Amino acid sequence: MARKLLLEHINVPGINTFDVYRSKGGYAAVEKALKTLTPDEVVEEVKKSGLRGRGGAGFPTGMKWSFLAKPEGVARYLVCNADESEPGTFKDRYLMTHIPHLLIEGMIVASFALGAKTSYIYVRGEMMPQIRILEKAIAEAKAKGFLGKNILGTGYDLELYVQPGGGAYICGEETALLESLEGKRGNPRIKPPFPAIAGLYGCPTVVNNVESIAAVVPIINEGGDEYAKLGIGRSTGTKLISAGGNLRKPGVYEIDLGLPVEEFLYSDEYCGGIANGKRLKAVVAGGSSVPILPANLFLKTINNEARLMSYESLADGGFVSGTMMGSGGFIAYDEDQCIVRNTWNFARFYHHESCGQCSPCREGTGWMEKVLHRLEYGHGKMSDMDLLVDVSKKIEGNTICPLGDAAAWPVASAIRHFRDEFEWHVTHPHEATTRNFGIAHYADPLPKLEEAAG
Amino acid sequence: MLSVQDTNTPVTFSPELISKFADVVSRYPEGKQKSALLPILHLVQAEFGWTSVPAMDKVAEYLAIQPIEVYEVASFYTMYFLKPQGKYMLEVCRTGPCEIVGATPIMEHIEKTLGVKEGDVTPDGLFSWRGVECLAACGFGPVLQIGPEYTFYENLTTESVDKLIGDLKGKANN
Repeated sequence: MARKLLLEHINVPGINTFDVYRSKGGYAAVEKALKTLTPDEVVEEVKKSGLRGRGGAGFPTGMKWSFLAKPEGVARYLVCNADESEPGTFKDRYLMTHIPHLLIEGMIVASFALGAKTSYIYVRGEMMPQIRILEKAIAEAKAKGFLGKNILGTGYDLELYVQPGGGAYICGEETALLESLEGKRGNPRIKPPFPAIAGLYGCPTVVNNVESIAAVVPIINEGGDEYAKLGIGRSTGTKLISAGGNLRKPGVYEIDLGLPVEEFLYSDEYCGGIANGKRLKAVVAGGSSVPILPANLFLKTINNEARLMSYESLADGGFVSGTMMGSGGFIAYDEDQCIVRNTWNFARFYHHESCGQCSPCREGTGWMEKVLHRLEYGHGKMSDMDLLVDVSKKIEGNTICPLGDAAAWPVASAIRHFRDEFEWHVTHPHEATTRNFGIAHYADPLPKLEEAAG
Repeated sequence: MLSVQDTNTPVTFSPELISKFADVVSRYPEGKQKSALLPILHLVQAEFGWTSVPAMDKVAEYLAIQPIEVYEVASFYTMYFLKPQGKYMLEVCRTGPCEIVGATPIMEHIEKTLGVKEGDVTPDGLFSWRGVECLAACGFGPVLQIGPEYTFYENLTTESVDKLIGDLKGKANN
């Protein structure tokens, strides 16, 4: 069984309280960092760990920290992105609900490393119960001297606040989040300048995902080099995977990066296979934004190698035959699911969540939703698939923030891999409203490359 | 029949509510009180059930910003209600992962049980419902939430929804 760095004590009764968390070795990273390390040494450990941003983009966290501008006399901020809204992703809610002090501890260490005196945890507004859990945890930590003035007598001061959002997916984009935290609409900012130079209130700011901040705790406790020994290649450490959809055992799992996807999907230690004894048709591996793959391409790369749960292996084959790690929002589709309906559902989501700032996204997401709706409801045309690809290409790369790309990729990938299912909706409009296309050839073994070429 | 505020009725913020506002404002640097807007709108909605124009005007006055700065925020974010809702607003997740485990039949069942369309209020003023986008609980779908506490109900079935609605009716009538 793999080692758990974040969730090791998740089932300990009372772990959500300061005392129990502390009795399990909690806040040791704060003591170690504040008493024995300089801020730069903390950054160095995180760099050595190879930790990559767990929110979805996978950018190295230590490098992001090292970009932070440090002009004299200007405040610096750390903002935790807890606006978890990517369909398929629910790990941050889980972590904040059950082990809130891990996030608080990580925030203290990270704030110390960055020289922030005030830090915010921006939590999506719908998570009011989690907001209350975090506020209670902050009050406990403050009462014990881990927050506030002169923490543990080291002279370091830090105030930590929880900020609720208002229900907008776009605020998970870091500059939209900062706008929202300033009390404005969540319209992403044009970059540059990046938040590291001009972020919250125009001051240098780092925005990190909940899981990235939490991972700083084991990195400091064990050292960056030790952390980097876990995982595979440039995918170091452990990752929380939110497993949902038609699985026998959905839930949040902490895996060593590099675990074979087949083992993750079918072993009883993890998802336990597909619910109700059905067969796997397709997988969205990293949240709704990443390309959807048919079962056969998900389990094996195009070169017939077993695919692994790592940034590199999931991306093997690029967008032609691969996908992305994303946020670790893992959605499994059984043989009875309709890819057209799912794609329409996601398109509706992105249309609903587009902030409306950039025309390609504002208009394009609505257009794709409309075309997918007619395909799903039996009014589609054979030319609609090319139209959808065309619209998606015109959104992709043409918007201020990545929401446009996130809306384009699931549509383009669904047509790339499931085109015959879309065509069937056009040729069998009545049948398509009463039954699903089924698993077809999507789980068949991949042809060997030589055979395919021959 | 629950009393709902007429849009033009002026609102009064109680001293307790104002002290909660002040607590929020204290979290930000001097002069950055606008950051308190989203949290304050949540407090207003928890108090009055929705964010009316007179309430938003008072918030603008409190934060020393223009009313339009409040309206544009309240209308951008989906959580703020710009018209009165039922006492219990059932918000059902309708996005992908919940959809494939049965969100649509749950919404159809709620519509049939309550007898009102999405966004409408039951005649007794107790309930309204709507589909919302991903609530980040994809492993436990279908899910719904009810404000202002945003209590969560997971792994919904038509039976559990019936029980929930019955319990809420009982609670309201006591």
